[in-house]
Amino acid sequence: MQLDSRIPSGPIEKAWEKTRFEMKLVNPANKRKFTVIVVGTGLGGGAAAASLGELGYNVKCFCFQDSPRRAHSIAAQGGINAAKNYQNDGDSIYRLFYDTVKGGDFRAREHNVYRLAQNSVSIIDQCVAQGVPFAREYGGLLANRSFGGAQVSRTFYARGQTGQQLLLGAYQALEAQIDSGRVTMYPRTEMLDLVVIDGKARGIITRNLVTGKIESHVADAVVLASGGYGNVYYLSTNAKGSNCTAIWRAHKRGAAFANPCFTQIHPTCIPVSGEYQSKLTLMSESLRNDGRIWVPLQKGDKRPASQIPENERDYYLERRYPSFGNLVPRDVASRAAKAVCDEGRGVGETGLGVYLDFAESISRLGRGAIEERYGNLFEMYERITGENPYEMPMRIYPAIHYTMGGLWVDYQLMSSIPGLFVLGEANFSDHGANRLGASALMQGLSDGYFIIPYTLGNYLASNKLAKVDAGAPEVRNVLSEVENSVKRLLSIKGKRTVTSFHRELGKIMWDHCGMARNAEGLKQAIRQIRALREEFWRDVNVPGSGDDLNQQLENAGRVADFFELGELMCVDALERNESCGGHFREEFQTDEGEAMRDDEHYQYVAAWEYMGPDAPHQLNKEPLNFEYVHPAQRSYK
Amino acid sequence: MQRYEAKDVSPDMSFLEMLDVVNEKLIAEGTAPITFEHDCREGICGSCGFMINGVAHGPKSGTTVCQLHMRSFKDGDELYLEPWRAKAFPVLKDLMVDRNAFDRIIAAGGFITARTGSAQDANSIPVPKAYADRAMDAAACIGCGACVASCPNASAALFTGAKISHLGLLPQGQAERDRRALRMIAQFSSELFGSCTNIGECEAACPKHISLSVIAQMNGDYLKASVRDRGAVKESSD
Ligand SMILES: Cc1cc2nc3c(=O)[nH]c(=O)nc-3n(C[C@H](O)[C@H](O)[C@H](O)COP(=O)(O)OP(=O)(O)OC[C@H]3O[C@@H](n4cnc5c(N)ncnc54)[C@H](O)[C@@H]3O)c2cc1C
Ligand code: FES
Repeated sequence: MQLDSRIPSGPIEKAWEKTRFEMKLVNPANKRKFTVIVVGTGLGGGAAAASLGELGYNVKCFCFQDSPRRAHSIAAQGGINAAKNYQNDGDSIYRLFYDTVKGGDFRAREHNVYRLAQNSVSIIDQCVAQGVPFAREYGGLLANRSFGGAQVSRTFYARGQTGQQLLLGAYQALEAQIDSGRVTMYPRTEMLDLVVIDGKARGIITRNLVTGKIESHVADAVVLASGGYGNVYYLSTNAKGSNCTAIWRAHKRGAAFANPCFTQIHPTCIPVSGEYQSKLTLMSESLRNDGRIWVPLQKGDKRPASQIPENERDYYLERRYPSFGNLVPRDVASRAAKAVCDEGRGVGETGLGVYLDFAESISRLGRGAIEERYGNLFEMYERITGENPYEMPMRIYPAIHYTMGGLWVDYQLMSSIPGLFVLGEANFSDHGANRLGASALMQGLSDGYFIIPYTLGNYLASNKLAKVDAGAPEVRNVLSEVENSVKRLLSIKGKRTVTSFHRELGKIMWDHCGMARNAEGLKQAIRQIRALREEFWRDVNVPGSGDDLNQQLENAGRVADFFELGELMCVDALERNESCGGHFREEFQTDEGEAMRDDEHYQYVAAWEYMGPDAPHQLNKEPLNFEYVHPAQRSYK
Repeated sequence: MQRYEAKDVSPDMSFLEMLDVVNEKLIAEGTAPITFEHDCREGICGSCGFMINGVAHGPKSGTTVCQLHMRSFKDGDELYLEPWRAKAFPVLKDLMVDRNAFDRIIAAGGFITARTGSAQDANSIPVPKAYADRAMDAAACIGCGACVASCPNASAALFTGAKISHLGLLPQGQAERDRRALRMIAQFSSELFGSCTNIGECEAACPKHISLSVIAQMNGDYLKASVRDRGAVKESSD
């Protein structure tokens, strides 16, 4: 496979402007003659569909929820970064670019990240104009907070509901286009395959989740913005419906999958409380500003926190990282928590938890101050655990949160299948091996509002696309393949539920391809996943039929894809003999237990190519060059 | 009505996790599982929601059903689960309803037109903090439909009012303020919702504590817009 990243030449500051200038344009009167499919209505897809509709394209937009407003982006809490420098604290586009490349542990493309930092500025303008009620200061200007991995205050926020407000902005713009007739919305409709004709993406196959009807939709280009695949681990902070089906099926039709093993584990989530646990809840990273993290010094110390005296506590982050203390980046904090729990010093019933203690801050600042800063988070914690964090420390544990990997895209966000574009968390482009807080929202909106409207036009204007009919044999073939795979799932009628398989897969992934990985464990995981997948296709019980609303069937299709992606993640993790960002290989660490990158051998994007159901994936490498930010070992001591 | 027994319930389970456990057992027994809508399970996406013993989202105030935990109930409690009750929300299956009428209300005018890429600098129009905060209070609506389900008239006034208030409180929302009120209310009236008679059940049921004051704001905006609209018609026919 030939990977052309289409990175423009010349100075990075002018790269995007130059690219835009060189692009071909679609005549305004011709836009409505082009049909564009957008799968997903989160920040990436919602912004894209609204903007493309506004430009005059004929847009068909899909989501599996009942309304575009419920895409998983709605759940983002903390905020969105932008290099506005409103605080006059020395921020700049270059600094945001630098922080993001470094935070990603030098595994992202410099040109993409620079453009992201440039676009960040317009995103805030756009959202304010739409009526997003960002937090403001008394003077009426926009307020900012600081977030991990940055020394400036550049995060814009709307209470603890930033994702909700940004998404509602995009959703409202989308609804306006739906009202005007330029966008047709297909809610409760799941994409189950991609149609490729003459090497170009020309349509999708969908299933109506209410009636069960399987249909084809043809178009001149397809945009996927279907979100991340963290749910391969079963337990994650993602919404229950988040899945990899759209990108995985596109992958099997020829789109390369990049860096699948790069996943982010968030250090502050509410720990698992029992077998029935269905998802994990994030507690905002901001809590680490005032909470101190500790575990008992003694193994197996079962005393309640209040009875463990000060000198029998181990504030392990403060001890190991005296200069950053509790504010080390996400990957470092997560691994340290795992290490103390592995030693048998974890707290709570399962021993998989550490304390996040506010007692000292409360006595120093007063309960009122803490309530003002974190009141809603404390309330949420109490609602879920039944424990009052003003009186006893919170218990937290790391959880899967975000996936940096995704479909490979070039600088114009086009995948290795011409005419298939990928936006938001579904692509791999901007965060390297680790994403900084408040940067995913920024990327989704940058892709959707400010990149795809240009690059899609360029594609349509520079390609002569033959007319495609929904009845064409190429389309009908894919449709019948989808029908057959749905039938196959329904026909097994075995003994185990879909969820029981998903949970078991998640455990394998978490144990061997989670916070810490090693070659032996990864090989074992690959064997276990294959065996489990074989059992799934032999013994899964998907009740009901395909001609009706059938949530078990929806889930079964998603879990089937997670098996295949999970295996590829392990293959990728095994191939990458280094530790970088969220990918920590135990064999590659310093004497002090820190990640050891190997720039000489692994400074590349691993783009995996699907070779057929029984053949191993083929690895293609896109080398990464760092002309502006020079790779260095990250240190937080 | 169907009767199910939920065994092995832990007080730390969420209500939906309890239903998951029931469903796993039903599937194993070869019976159809209970269909209910959910996604984020964090109280923010607005997917979940049904009546528990006649109360939208169950007994705990300010809490969606996905955030409700079994410690709010006693062992042996009998719970009646029903889908949202409203003509405008037809039942699709079991506890799942169709709420697309809400999307149509937003499509009619619940937005501020801002062509992508044309916006001026975000700080060029200061917004008094008090206004921004009140706008955010109204914008916190998750569109779950509990307000409609709790209202004896099945009115969508709280939902519609929340969007009209959110956008109307901001300087950016002024140009379309009249049009927004007229069009959204026209749409709301054309759906199968009832009209508001100020009973206040919606506010009590709202998991996000959206205040009744948004309805007053909506009515005020509608009245002013209608008067101005008539004026405009008159002027143009003169
Ligand atoms: C709890 C939580 C908090 C977070 N907080 C922050 C934060 O503070 N700041 C930050 O920057 N980032 C945060 N993130 C990350 C960020 O929210 C996500 O990365 C981002 O919102 C993803 O947006 P998206 O548009 O790519 O996809 P999503 O919002 O996940 O949208 C996916 C869309 O695709 C549709 N879809 C998926 N598959 C199909 C299919 N097969 N057929 C049809 N439709 C399909 C879905 O219906 C949905 O509309 C947080 C994430 C979580 C989990
Ligand atoms: S599932 Fe999202 S609000 Fe309950």
